[in-house]
Amino acid sequence: MWPALAVVLFLSIFPLVVSLYLSLSRLSFAKSGFEITFIGPTNYQTLLFGGERTHFIGVLKTPSPIGWAIFAVVVVLVGWAFTRAVRGGVRPLGLLLRAIGGLLLVGLIWLFVQAVFAPGGRPGTVFVTLIYVFIGLTIQYVLGLGLAMLATQRLPGRRFFRVVFLLPMMITPVGVGYMFQMLTDTSKGPFLPVFAALGMEGFTWVTDPWGARIAVMIGDIWQWTPFMFIVLLAALEGLDVEVTEAALVDGASRSQVFRYITLPALLPVSTTIVLIRMIEGFKIIDLPNILTNGGPGTATESMTLQAFIDWRTFNLGRSAATAYLLLILVTIVATAYVNLVRRRVTTTV
Amino acid sequence: MAKGRSLKGGGLLASVMLVAVACTSAASPSPSPAPSAAPSAAASASAAASPSGQNFSGVSVTVLTFTGPQIAEPLQRRAPDFAKLTGADIKVVTVPFNELYQKILTDIATGTNAYQAFVFDPQWMGDFVTPGYLEDLTDRVKSDPVLKWDDIGAFFRDFSATYQGKVYTIPLDGDFHMVYYRKDILDKDGVKPPATWDDYLAVAKQYSGKDLNGDGQPDYGSCISKKRGAQAYWWITSIAGPYIQAKGTNEGAFFTTDNMTPLVKNEAFARALDIYKESTKYGPPNESNLDVGDTRGLFTSGRCALSMDWGDIGTLAIDPATSKVQDKVGSIITPGAKQILDRSTMKLVPCDQTTCPNMGSDGVNHAPFAAYGGWSGAINAKADQKVKDAAYAFLAYMSAPEQSNVDVTIGKTGFNPYRTSQFSSTAEWVKAGMSEAAAKDYLGAIETSLKSPNMILDLRIPKTQEYQQVDLDKALAQFLAGELSRDETMSQVFDAWQSLTDSLGRDKQLEAYKNSLGVQR
Repeated sequence: MWPALAVVLFLSIFPLVVSLYLSLSRLSFAKSGFEITFIGPTNYQTLLFGGERTHFIGVLKTPSPIGWAIFAVVVVLVGWAFTRAVRGGVRPLGLLLRAIGGLLLVGLIWLFVQAVFAPGGRPGTVFVTLIYVFIGLTIQYVLGLGLAMLATQRLPGRRFFRVVFLLPMMITPVGVGYMFQMLTDTSKGPFLPVFAALGMEGFTWVTDPWGARIAVMIGDIWQWTPFMFIVLLAALEGLDVEVTEAALVDGASRSQVFRYITLPALLPVSTTIVLIRMIEGFKIIDLPNILTNGGPGTATESMTLQAFIDWRTFNLGRSAATAYLLLILVTIVATAYVNLVRRRVTTTV
Repeated sequence: MAKGRSLKGGGLLASVMLVAVACTSAASPSPSPAPSAAPSAAASASAAASPSGQNFSGVSVTVLTFTGPQIAEPLQRRAPDFAKLTGADIKVVTVPFNELYQKILTDIATGTNAYQAFVFDPQWMGDFVTPGYLEDLTDRVKSDPVLKWDDIGAFFRDFSATYQGKVYTIPLDGDFHMVYYRKDILDKDGVKPPATWDDYLAVAKQYSGKDLNGDGQPDYGSCISKKRGAQAYWWITSIAGPYIQAKGTNEGAFFTTDNMTPLVKNEAFARALDIYKESTKYGPPNESNLDVGDTRGLFTSGRCALSMDWGDIGTLAIDPATSKVQDKVGSIITPGAKQILDRSTMKLVPCDQTTCPNMGSDGVNHAPFAAYGGWSGAINAKADQKVKDAAYAFLAYMSAPEQSNVDVTIGKTGFNPYRTSQFSSTAEWVKAGMSEAAAKDYLGAIETSLKSPNMILDLRIPKTQEYQQVDLDKALAQFLAGELSRDETMSQVFDAWQSLTDSLGRDKQLEAYKNSLGVQR
């Protein structure tokens, strides 16, 4: 027991504590060594309120009507969930935690609509990361599920395609980055004839902020859909066919079977893989770094890339502060997610 | 500082590395050159100057540099020759370019000292010399018959290799920007190569969208690599330079020398940003995502009328395997300006004999920019005496004219000319595949730049990387992407530089800046 504990302490707790200290200090080089000076929360201040604010959080402007609508929907949903919790007899501590979580979520969405759904606004690395994670994840799940359902059908060549669908996952992310750099190069890449035929020779993915973000997301989706595919395929193959057959005999339609039998049965597995990919997705760095180096401007920069760029120039303090804020964000989002789905999973299965 | 303190520091740093490495690592392009196949005949060991009478048998030196093939290639190729001459065992270890800086700093700062010599960017001297990491080479270089110190260009001797009046590095490469143009096309149309940045824009505009390589496709007027995290922040200094610096290298082009006010928020820098953005209109559509390897490829495949680069296009253009513009390339000193920044009012004023003492007869002030400063060799101050001697002998051997005058003519070495003897004769260049006329043209442009008393020294103060590679580079990318207006860009860089200077100590930074600019022969 003790050796194991020591290993855990050394490999995870110790670096965590040290990087927390680093995030509150500045590193400088001195005679035959270096000095770490404690400077308090300056690094956090710079990121959240100071010179790096527009880079980290974004440029915030008054939301457009769509932005207001999204914000209103989220406020209503959070309020509704909270009322349900109150009526459901949740203990005071649980209520307090839910209230804090709800407020954080509302605050986050408020910043989000001001940065993304506002004329003149611009998302910083926090929201770019969130966009990568949530849009990417949704598409990966839907595509993965679709492909898995397809691969369970008795179609010709399905064994071959099962292997082919898995290949992207085996490629190193840096390799994927270089490959997509080539594919998105419309002036000399392999898609040049396609773009030329469409009269879009001058078009380029990576000089428009949204074009570049979409290019990064396509790469990420291409690489990680196979993960969803393989796990969902295993889950689908493990389903009890008798239930489905019984439902069909009783006159259920295909869509009803999918809605009321297949999907609920996949829920535990889905919950887990979405959580894994979500946590993993927050750490995205290879693709934007290779594909665009975070450009145009800072449009494709993720939080990890921001931390990496600081780290590269030995601004270890700010790099650690960014990493810590990422840790907090991931923890909040992951905990909220687990709380949200746990009840559903336990009640439906 | 007590040893215990620095050991504890080592543990801290090591654990931070663990955390950071877990995040990831990924490569980004190197500042110097793109790969190319090169004539191999010249690569074989030619007449070698023997570091006579020196015997280093049993001495082993580990040299750290960046993953080639450039720079590492000549070191690796010549190490066995050096071993035959002296018996020293030279090991060349390479890491990706953007890890080199941390690798050297962590190795010395944590007391590991696994490397006894480094071939690196002299811009980092501010960070390395101040804590005493590098060996003072002043006495060695001046009394060395093999090295032929005085043959090295004065700029590289006095500025690039020198910090606070002492020599810390041996130059192996001469880096400064030049502009290349399609001589065949401009000559045919009777267009003069650009003397000023306004001319540059005019020429670029004239050829933008024209077919320049006969394939029926429209080509580009100007190709400058503007990708973020690559070389963009160097080009802007080349453009702003002649508007900012006129009174010689000592004047400096990054800060004022009285109170370290950044020279990035004024009419001169505004003009440079305008030029930078306008040149994008005449470039490839994805120019803001191209690094210098890409623009070199575009230029040598005949798709650009103009391009700004280090010395590399000159040697890459003669490569029969990849180049479609052999003998069609002209090289010139980077364009200049007819206006100059008045540092008291931060406004542009016309150039005259007083404001621009170094201007040419055409009234144009040129300020060629020694961007990066050229790969240079330095020695770890903590190495054993015998190892230091061997490391020094190897670096001097690499830099000696017998070796380097051949290496600079080979594209894949990444070494560009930096010695007087390298442009006094065209023989080696013609042997490498240049025509006599092209060699004269190329070397003429290099000589004009190298002899300019108004060359701009790249920034070399503590945290140089953060000033340029983070703050300036990011703002430029945001400016090009339209995230920031011109004035916002200037303010953002100005504020970031000011706050960085303040956090590091204004007086200390000012002293370091002045030291880097001060000539003390």
